[in-house]
Amino acid sequence: MDRQFWTYLGWRVLQSLVIIAIVIVGSFLLLHLVPGDMVDVLGGQRGDMDAELMATLRERYGLDQPVLVQLLNYVGSVLQGDLGYSYRNATDVLSLVLQRLPATILLVVCSVITAVFFGTMAGVIAARHAHRPIDVIISMIVLVFYATPIFLTGLGLVIVFSVKLKLLPIGGLITPGVDFSFLELVGDVALHLILPVFSLSLFYIAIYARLARASMLQVLDQDYIRTAYAKGLSTYNVIIGHALRNALLPVVTMVGLQIAELFGGAVLTETIFSLPGVGRLAYDAVFERDYPLILGVLLVCAFIIIVVNLIIDIIYTLLDPRVEISR
Amino acid sequence: MQEQEQGAALLDVRKLSVLIKQSSRQKVRAVDAVSFSVGVGETLALVGESGAGKSLTAMAIMRLHKAQSMGVEADSIRLDGQELSTLSDREIRKIRGSTMAMIFQDPLSSLNPVLTVERQLVEAIRLHNDMSAAAARQRALELLDMVRIPAAKSRLGEYSHRLSGGMRQRVMIAMALAGNPKLILADEPTTALDVTISAQILDLLRELQTELGVGMLFITHDLHAVRSIAHRVAVMYSGRIVETGNVEDVFSRPHHPYTEGLLAARPHGSFSLDGHKLREIPGTVPSPADRPAGCAFGPRCNRSQPDCESQPPSLRNETGARTSFACYHPLKEVPA
Ligand SMILES: Nc1ncnc2c1ncn2[C@@H]1O[C@H](COP(=O)(O)OP(=O)(O)O)[C@@H](O)[C@H]1O
Ligand code: SF4
Ligand SMILES: [Mg+2]
Repeated sequence: MDRQFWTYLGWRVLQSLVIIAIVIVGSFLLLHLVPGDMVDVLGGQRGDMDAELMATLRERYGLDQPVLVQLLNYVGSVLQGDLGYSYRNATDVLSLVLQRLPATILLVVCSVITAVFFGTMAGVIAARHAHRPIDVIISMIVLVFYATPIFLTGLGLVIVFSVKLKLLPIGGLITPGVDFSFLELVGDVALHLILPVFSLSLFYIAIYARLARASMLQVLDQDYIRTAYAKGLSTYNVIIGHALRNALLPVVTMVGLQIAELFGGAVLTETIFSLPGVGRLAYDAVFERDYPLILGVLLVCAFIIIVVNLIIDIIYTLLDPRVEISR
Repeated sequence: MQEQEQGAALLDVRKLSVLIKQSSRQKVRAVDAVSFSVGVGETLALVGESGAGKSLTAMAIMRLHKAQSMGVEADSIRLDGQELSTLSDREIRKIRGSTMAMIFQDPLSSLNPVLTVERQLVEAIRLHNDMSAAAARQRALELLDMVRIPAAKSRLGEYSHRLSGGMRQRVMIAMALAGNPKLILADEPTTALDVTISAQILDLLRELQTELGVGMLFITHDLHAVRSIAHRVAVMYSGRIVETGNVEDVFSRPHHPYTEGLLAARPHGSFSLDGHKLREIPGTVPSPADRPAGCAFGPRCNRSQPDCESQPPSLRNETGARTSFACYHPLKEVPA
């Protein structure tokens, strides 16, 4: 790690902060464009609030202030680590989100790893045997993965593995009411995650398999691969030692581009498998018009996506020494 | 410098052909039954215009040709007493990079961009020598010294994009030397470099060759390079060798009209022939797919007669001539 690298890192962090600021302001203003405020929603649902009570509530929560003041108040409290208060859950937003975050992070991280690992492996095997039966079979499987929507994959997997075969749990993250040791807990969570992770990652396995195949074929045609063979290396060592790292570069880039999309998929997956994650929380928050909570979830997700992108950029520069890390 | 030190043949190639699949039915002979040999400690230059089949010849010897789209036929390819044409792919792998090693035209694209010089060198060293990582690193330093890379230690951690063109080619040469080869196949190793650097690389190769006593198949289209590095030369045209002999003899008394054309075509003082500089020979090299039935050079030859179109002339040695050539109506006299 030379100085150039740290300068680069500093810049990227700064960039990220700017993006987060834009996200905060942007989503706050966006939610303010929606007609009616929190108090209207509460009033509409309870139906027994009079105008006086509503005015009191507005005053209490600062909703009677001009938008700009509200925004500044919000930014101020976010900077102090306070994401606001969820009236509907009667808890502060941050602790609500943090409580749900582990399940989501577990789901997303496992899905990315699964997708990259199996996708790349399938792509590399297909490229190695390009235009031969194995390649054709892999292409067909990949096409099926690609074309099946997440909810269908999820429901299908549940029906086969949980309902019919009774091999895996139907939903949730932990078997309720059992006193587990730590290792048993890990095993139990892993069992619960298998189906959600595969439902979420099948589509991405397909994407990465296609990408890895194409990039592997291109790499295998390069002069330095010929050099590697000229040294006397076996095909296996040429692929693992010389081609794979180069072929992975486009896959890594793609992961970075798709991470936000993957969070979207996580909402759906968490709903199907009733996982106690942020996705479920956001889903419920939208239906209940719990604005502070929606805003908080948006913010935390944006933060995570930005951090993940930063990590992926760093991985990329470590993989490819040619990347210009100035700017 | 060009005294003949031809010992027992190190490499002996008999009737080597490379066939390229055009479609499921059709194959063309891009290299058509070439025969030549390289002695121990000798440099044979394979010279000819682009598309003549020089690279394919070298690739076929290394068995690095694209197996899906190309086939190789040969009566025999003997290297250091061992017949290569009947070896399995696994067996040939042991010879690649050890007994025979190859240097390529473009050193930037020929080095892996994401691996350090050290990683690529040490890999080549350890593949063919039973060495610890530390010993291999030491050997890598020695090799970089051998190819005259200054401050070798600090170069080990570099990536190829941070090196100059000349340095990259030196690293490629060091890698080729890693397995202590007896034969080096150098495919236009100076073509991608500028003039000064290319002269330095040429000097280095010549010195290493003398120092190590290796045999070298030196592929080029640069006649100047031939003169400065090779003992013997084989001129290729459209997949066939049309004339071969000692460099002095071929250069001073060419018998094949194509060789004469090449020599006459070189611009003043320079020996470079880049294809389009060959204004004196009208026309272009026929592609292997539509090569004439008789002598392939016929359509461009100012000495051609009707009998040239019957069948391709074979390489022969005429009494009184010091080179072998494939021509029905060769030049007899010293050209002016
Ligand atoms: N991969 C390939 N596919 C199809 N044709 C090829 C391929 N490589 C070489 N050829 C053909 O074979 C002939 C000889 O090529 P090559 O050996 O590269 O020539 P040289 O090295 O003398 O310039 C050329 O006509 C070229 O078009
Ligand atoms: S054989 Fe005939 S056509 Fe061919 S080079 Fe000789 S004279 Fe020319
Ligand atoms: Mg060539």
